[in-house]
Amino acid sequence: MRTLRFLLQKEFRQIFRDPAIIRLIFMMPVIQLMILPWAADYEMKNIKIAVTDFDHSAYSRQLISKITSSGYFQLTHYSSSFDESFHEVEKDKADLILEIPTSFEKTLVKENEAKLFIAGNAINGVKANLGSAYLRNIIQDFNRQVRLEWLQLPRFTQQTQIEVTTSNWFNPLFNYKYFMVPGILVILLTMVGSNLTAINIVKEKEIGTIEQINVTPVKKYHFILGKLIPFWVLGLFVLTLGLLISRIVYGIVPVGSFFTIYAFAAVYLLAVLGLGLLISTYASTQQQAMLISFFLMMIFILLGGLYTSIDSMPVWAQWITKFNPVSYFIEVMRMVVLKGSGFADLKNHFLIMFGFAIALNGWAVFSYRKRT
Amino acid sequence: MKQFLAFVKKEFLHIWRDRRTTIILLGMPIVQIIIFGFALTNEVKNSKIAVLDQSKDAATLSLISEMDASRYFDVEQNLHSYKEIEPAFRKGKIKLVVVFPNQFNEDLQHFNKATVQLIADASDPNVANTLTNYATAVIMDYQNRITRNQKLPYTINMETRMLYNPQLKGAYNFVPGVMAMVLLLVCTMMTAITIVREKEMGTMEIILVSPMKPQLVVFAKAIPYLLLSTINIASILLLSVFVLEVPINGSLVLLVAESILFILVSLSLGLLISSGTDSQQAAMFISLIALFLPTVMLSGFMFPIENMPLPLRTISNIVPAKWYYSIVKSVMIKGLSIKGVWKETLILFGMMLFFLTLAIKKFKIRLQ
Repeated sequence: MRTLRFLLQKEFRQIFRDPAIIRLIFMMPVIQLMILPWAADYEMKNIKIAVTDFDHSAYSRQLISKITSSGYFQLTHYSSSFDESFHEVEKDKADLILEIPTSFEKTLVKENEAKLFIAGNAINGVKANLGSAYLRNIIQDFNRQVRLEWLQLPRFTQQTQIEVTTSNWFNPLFNYKYFMVPGILVILLTMVGSNLTAINIVKEKEIGTIEQINVTPVKKYHFILGKLIPFWVLGLFVLTLGLLISRIVYGIVPVGSFFTIYAFAAVYLLAVLGLGLLISTYASTQQQAMLISFFLMMIFILLGGLYTSIDSMPVWAQWITKFNPVSYFIEVMRMVVLKGSGFADLKNHFLIMFGFAIALNGWAVFSYRKRT
Repeated sequence: MKQFLAFVKKEFLHIWRDRRTTIILLGMPIVQIIIFGFALTNEVKNSKIAVLDQSKDAATLSLISEMDASRYFDVEQNLHSYKEIEPAFRKGKIKLVVVFPNQFNEDLQHFNKATVQLIADASDPNVANTLTNYATAVIMDYQNRITRNQKLPYTINMETRMLYNPQLKGAYNFVPGVMAMVLLLVCTMMTAITIVREKEMGTMEIILVSPMKPQLVVFAKAIPYLLLSTINIASILLLSVFVLEVPINGSLVLLVAESILFILVSLSLGLLISSGTDSQQAAMFISLIALFLPTVMLSGFMFPIENMPLPLRTISNIVPAKWYYSIVKSVMIKGLSIKGVWKETLILFGMMLFFLTLAIKKFKIRLQ
């Protein structure tokens, strides 16, 4: 016990005397939480639209003003040549092209039917897809208006109609930041946890101080605990800082309890620190450690469901996410913060995370040798 | 010249003999391409939904089975009362609840009107939006069928075409981004760290007192990474053409030339970082915070730049990857020629000159 206390004292001193780590601990959360949510804004707005109008009729003008006043679209180009509009897409100045063919209004009135062409720049599939869906909604709306102009209302109710009402729970204002901030907090904790531990131990290897420890009677588990506890404390501190920032800057107050968040984070940190430990036993230089942890982190984050839904992944990728601690914490964080899930809902998540913590740390302790 | 080549060889051996690093450096782009290409789709499909059917008649049953049959939804749970909706959401898996009221079919038959309620878990706004759109489409299809496709008068038909990427594959967006990310990582971060490492280990002193020109020593360090990144570009392009089926619509020569230009920019950045730092940790820290995060965030390949607030949009202009990303997209997918990307090319070229001059100026041949 006493040995452990001295080791802890040494580690804490080492951490607090290294300005790089202090900077990392304070700057990472601030930079990530202040900038990332603003950048990671997938809310669809300002969709750039180029209109090719061959018709120049009252209807085409009405339609265009309806599109621009919807708030989703920004008319960046208006001409009567498709080539010009296409050129706008090539220059990335337009995401969608709406083509209104010649005598659109006349055909619509005389032949009861007219056509519009929409073309989306599908290099970014989401934007093209959602953007054209919005555009179609607006055009349908416009269509309804046109019909009302020509038809009497009562005839309409004869039509069989299923009415669809929609309500959006948990985030009714569609604030994308509510969705991203809890996820980013997880990434933050993961980076601090695994990177710092891995690099910290490998640094001792690289500059040779680990040999000095290896020749002392310090037990293996003393050494490992001495490394884990300081970073575990730091991790919880970073979490607190992150929660404070998300409260102050984004006004996010978890619906669920803080206790649940901290309880899960405590277990999660154990797992992540174990991962860092494991990396450090397999790497011999800081460069290697950084590359390995970077590589793993990348896979974990990309397959963690931070911004692409796990349900949409192919089955093999969904299996990988089952072995990805990050995906569990992101899910838990969002569930607790947005929906107020409690222990009963998260029982499985807790059990799995405990499993991760035990497996990763066990593996790390097993493969750590007090030999060089 | 012979000395220089000897140094290049030494650096090669350095990298080559560190097997773990070599494997990661060469394997990283492959894994990334596979993950991005196959696992990450922005499409929403197989979403788990729950149904609260208070009517249980022919109409609701066939609507439910139609939803289940569509590739967007998996009906996972049948609820029995409104009270069960919230717990279902809180358990986490359910993204949408479809509520049918009592006597749905009767209302539909007798009053020509019935209501379906969709309750979405909007914690992810875009998924919620997409799902309600899809569900509405399924319901409207059904409605059209029971009204036997009676055509409404004054109908505007819409024909939608998806340019460049009709199947809406995520890869079209990601491949250019992965190229930028990998090149930056390999060239900038690795170069910076290897040079700083010599400083940290003290071997830099030995080099500085050798008859070789110190600048040449540093350039010799950059060359192996240049070669490594060319291999990476080749493997990325091969994988994306043959495995992901993303075509190269423009000229391959132009694409490779632009990539080499970007590699040179990243290498000069790496040299610049290395001349300003003394410890590996600091070099990593700077590469991560000042380069990698901005590249991922502000180059436009993950998050749309036009949605960002003005300060971020302004900052994005000094991120080299943004320009490279836009070049690759234009050349590879849109098939533009140099005329379409001359501006971006010029900017990258200017950046390279700037970083390189700064790096050479800041390079110290004296020890403190």
